[in-house]
Amino acid sequence: MTAAGTISQASALASDWPGNFWLHLLVFALIILAFVILTVIILIWLERRLLGRIQVRPGPNRAGPFGLLQPIADVVKILTKEDTVPGWGDRLVFWLAPLVAFVPVLLVFAVVPFWNGALLADLNIGILYVLAVSSVASVGIFMTGWASGNKYSLIGAMRDIAQLISYEIPMMLSLAAVVLVAGSLSLNEIVAAQDVPYILLQPMGFTIFFIAALAEANRTPFDLVEADSEIVAGFNIEYSGMKFAILYLMEYSEVVFIAAIATSLFLGGWRGPFLPPFLWFVIKMFAVFFVLIWIRGTLPRLRIDQVMAFAWKFLLPLALINLVVTGAQVVFWPQAPYWSLVPINVTLLAALLLLWARFFRLGGSRVGI
Amino acid sequence: MGLEIAFWVLTIVAVAAALAVVSLHNIFRASLALIMCFLAVAGLFVTLSADFLAAIQVLIYVGAVAVLIILAIMLTREVQRGSFSNRLNVPVLLSTILFLGVAVFAVMATSWPVVTLPLLEATTTALGSELFGEGGFILPVEIAALLLLAAIIGAITLVREE
Repeated sequence: MTAAGTISQASALASDWPGNFWLHLLVFALIILAFVILTVIILIWLERRLLGRIQVRPGPNRAGPFGLLQPIADVVKILTKEDTVPGWGDRLVFWLAPLVAFVPVLLVFAVVPFWNGALLADLNIGILYVLAVSSVASVGIFMTGWASGNKYSLIGAMRDIAQLISYEIPMMLSLAAVVLVAGSLSLNEIVAAQDVPYILLQPMGFTIFFIAALAEANRTPFDLVEADSEIVAGFNIEYSGMKFAILYLMEYSEVVFIAAIATSLFLGGWRGPFLPPFLWFVIKMFAVFFVLIWIRGTLPRLRIDQVMAFAWKFLLPLALINLVVTGAQVVFWPQAPYWSLVPINVTLLAALLLLWARFFRLGGSRVGI
Repeated sequence: MGLEIAFWVLTIVAVAAALAVVSLHNIFRASLALIMCFLAVAGLFVTLSADFLAAIQVLIYVGAVAVLIILAIMLTREVQRGSFSNRLNVPVLLSTILFLGVAVFAVMATSWPVVTLPLLEATTTALGSELFGEGGFILPVEIAALLLLAAIIGAITLVREE
């Protein structure tokens, strides 16, 4: 904590950086919007190219060098499509749904530190704010599912609720362990406290958080919400044109959001040698993207009962054990040197994962939803 | 000034949303209005410098309670027709106005004790030590946790098939 204090005060950007409060708000709102949209465009291109490479095909390579202009061509194509609204659905809710889904994801970035002190608002409830605001986005997904008046949309939305409620619990417990170690809820303080990235100090916390975040952002292997082979395209089946574009943007912004949070909480955020802090932040985020795309290219989709059982029988007990172990370490051994804590925690992770994997069984043969 | 504008906007949104919850016929839209109301109340907490409470309000009420309500609605048939009206409209209106009058009178007539302590910079630390620290509310917290656990186990036992 003392080390954190010195770092955050030494080189921190002033909390009203370009001079006054309103200017700070405006500048950072624009930075966040540009950052999210730009990253999403690069991410979509990267995902399609890398998936192509993994599946031994070229991927998009016609528009511009290496297909770099492909996302722009896609945007133009989407925006010129006819904007259809189903006549049997709920029109008002249908219109509002993409916005309700997208805005909370964008709001989360208000507390993400791009470098020391460079964030819209350094709230002292940082992580809680992230969890609270991101849970609102699911309301938008239910709205899409309901307002479409389509059974596949509805099934997609129902799956989203079930998945979200289940995976939020291990996610919160793993984040609570991080808060225990860092001694603060503010994301900037947590980054400043990471003399060793928490992925080493909290290997189990990171594993649980990463899996739960995959489920929350509906990424493979948890993309049951839009399982094309089962429910066509899930919640966004009736959407087209601009509204579809916003839903698409929302999905990829969620990926950017989990990458940003994973970077800030577990990978040391903007901290790193030689390069400027902002560059470190972006490099770490793209490392997380790479792993996400790699997982998508490698793993098949799970069944809904497997997804549920995995959350409740596998992740939840491990998250509870992790919280207890971390609490004990913080209380009884607060001055523990890193060279002893890191091997202990990594060994514990390996042992518990192997043990739990042996005992993990799916209940019966009944398949719900 | 800014705080007053925020207060009035949030209050109007909260009251309008609450009215929409009871007056809309489509239950799904009513539940969305309920979410709006919860969010406005969370905003009111923020204006009172109770940031932790605001985050918890959004997390629990929007993220969990409202979501479960919507889940229940999605499992319900014939939502579009909504709730049936009956002849109790007028008595309900009268008793609601009576209750509102009594509540407003009670709030206005009470002389509330005013604390002149400075605002806390970080509310979470104070709340944590108050709830879990020595001489705090650790026993009620534990009892509440036990009660919730009993409720969960009871619910699971009730819906088991065998």
